[in-house]
Amino acid sequence: MIEVKNLHKSFGKVKAVNGMTFEARDGEITGLLGPNGAGKTTTLRMLYSLLPPDEGDIRIDGLDPTKDAMAIKTTLGVVPDSRGLYNRLTARENIQYFGELHNLSKPTMEERIESLATTLDMGEFIDRKTEGFSQGQRVKVAIARAMVHQPQTVLMDEPTNGLDVMSTRALREYIRSLKENGQSVVLSTHIMQEVAALCDRIVIIAKGKVAAMGTVDELISRSGCDTIEDAFVQLIGSEEGLMA
Amino acid sequence: MRGILVVLKKEIRENLRDRKAVFNSLLLAPILFPVLLIGMTWLGTSAQTERAERVLEVPVVGAEQAPNLTRYLEQQGMVVKPAPEDPEALVRSQKEPVIIRIPETFGEQWRAGRPAEIEVIIDPSRPESDIPTSRVKRLLRGYSLEIGMLRLQMRGVSPNVMSPLLIRDVDLSTPQSRGMLIMLFLPYILMITAFMGGMHLAIDTTAGEKERRSLEPLLINPVPRWQIMMGKLLATGVFGMASLVLTLLAFRITLPYLPLAALGVDLGLGVAAMVGILLVVAPVALMAAALLTVLATYAKSFREAQSYMGLVVLIPMIPTLMFMSNPVKPEASMMPIPLFSQNLLIGELVRGEAVPLQWLLYSAGGTLLLAFALMAFAATLFSRPRVVFSDS
Repeated sequence: MIEVKNLHKSFGKVKAVNGMTFEARDGEITGLLGPNGAGKTTTLRMLYSLLPPDEGDIRIDGLDPTKDAMAIKTTLGVVPDSRGLYNRLTARENIQYFGELHNLSKPTMEERIESLATTLDMGEFIDRKTEGFSQGQRVKVAIARAMVHQPQTVLMDEPTNGLDVMSTRALREYIRSLKENGQSVVLSTHIMQEVAALCDRIVIIAKGKVAAMGTVDELISRSGCDTIEDAFVQLIGSEEGLMA
Repeated sequence: MRGILVVLKKEIRENLRDRKAVFNSLLLAPILFPVLLIGMTWLGTSAQTERAERVLEVPVVGAEQAPNLTRYLEQQGMVVKPAPEDPEALVRSQKEPVIIRIPETFGEQWRAGRPAEIEVIIDPSRPESDIPTSRVKRLLRGYSLEIGMLRLQMRGVSPNVMSPLLIRDVDLSTPQSRGMLIMLFLPYILMITAFMGGMHLAIDTTAGEKERRSLEPLLINPVPRWQIMMGKLLATGVFGMASLVLTLLAFRITLPYLPLAALGVDLGLGVAAMVGILLVVAPVALMAAALLTVLATYAKSFREAQSYMGLVVLIPMIPTLMFMSNPVKPEASMMPIPLFSQNLLIGELVRGEAVPLQWLLYSAGGTLLLAFALMAFAATLFSRPRVVFSDS
């Protein structure tokens, strides 16, 4: 459960996030939808306590990232915009590194890596060095290392960016399974189909503010348009930065 | 604290798998420096003996003015070459290291019993002319002395009148303390090794991590950022230290092959001296790791970091250059100064001197203080958004 109230963040004169308010419930997938540069990544970075907000309140399962950063980090699973892996380590060692940083015991960790390898279909390359991995394989490793401590809340920044059709389908499948487990999933995206295919609730972001919020059907009926794409254009008031 | 260990372990393991890192950090210095030193010593001694034993061939301008002197020079084994057109040009163009010119006034002055002028044309800025020049001057002085004594004897005066002093050297240097070249270069080589050994890791763990875009995911883990930074910094320190140990071992193995005997020098690097040197330099390895890590963290990319590192290598040169032009006697008051004190202490240890414990403590204390200050600063760096997100 994430609650965000009146969040502000500026970089110099640029107001990246300018009074953002929304919530993301457990057992639901919430999509932050907005054009490039709308403030999605900055918002996520404040959620996972890598950037301090200038103003406003964040609560994740009742915890404040500015005060309980360490506690929040143990309950959060994050697949950030940067998915850098260590090329000289194998996929398994990459995941183990993060598991050790989460202070997991060895048997627990091994058990979870096996189960993640099965779920994400990584068996073929789990013990290979990640040098030369395909984009899809890299995202899978990045997701596995973010999930190894079984977080209650999952944040993903543009999760299907750069993936082919098959990998995208598999990834969506996986995200839905998280929701079924009762976890809270927040993903940011600028891809319309992603939202329509995955999200229970949508937060449309433009210029650092929430332009509209609701389920796909609610947004369509509120805008009076026929498709979510038209609704999106109408609600943010421009076609800037759109990608179908 | 556990976070520090996890990061430290991973950085070491990852970099040990990188052939380039292992070579640059661990093998380059131990191979390069002993080879360089052997080569330099060998070249130095062979060139010296060659120049000192070669037949001296010197053009003499105006030889006919002083036939007796010319004959004396030939008796002493010098080959008198015919007078060239323009002696100055020959010396300037480095065709001849030294030329003797006997001016036309020579005969007149000589007969009058006044000091007769004689010119030795040289270019002292050319080091290879040093030996022939001193050989020529020694011959001329010999002749001057011989004639002077004859003149005194002819006047019935004992030649001893001319030598009120008899100067005799009492040489107190130990065989070790004559290993000049090594004494000058070993401290420098070890300092530079402490810096070079950690360089690749300092860049890889900070700027490299940023470039790979793996820093942001790493910082999302529930480990305080200063612990992550310390793990990285200590990994750099471990590599610097490892490089030092290997370089010292390499010296120990190669020293017997140095042609030191030709220089009349015996230099031992005993186990006690080696352990002493390691203890003296260890704080430098930590300080270097902290400095390198701070610099590399500010860089946005591997390449940018590497350009900073080029300048850092100059830092350990400063004390060596200073001591080369202005040698100082080690004193307790110098010991808290990082790099300077290690330079002096290594010299003392190699020379086989007993070093006061107080000096060792001052040296370690001064350097560690700076190292801790740099580490404390480094610890704050990952909390600065500008350092973490170089893209935004």
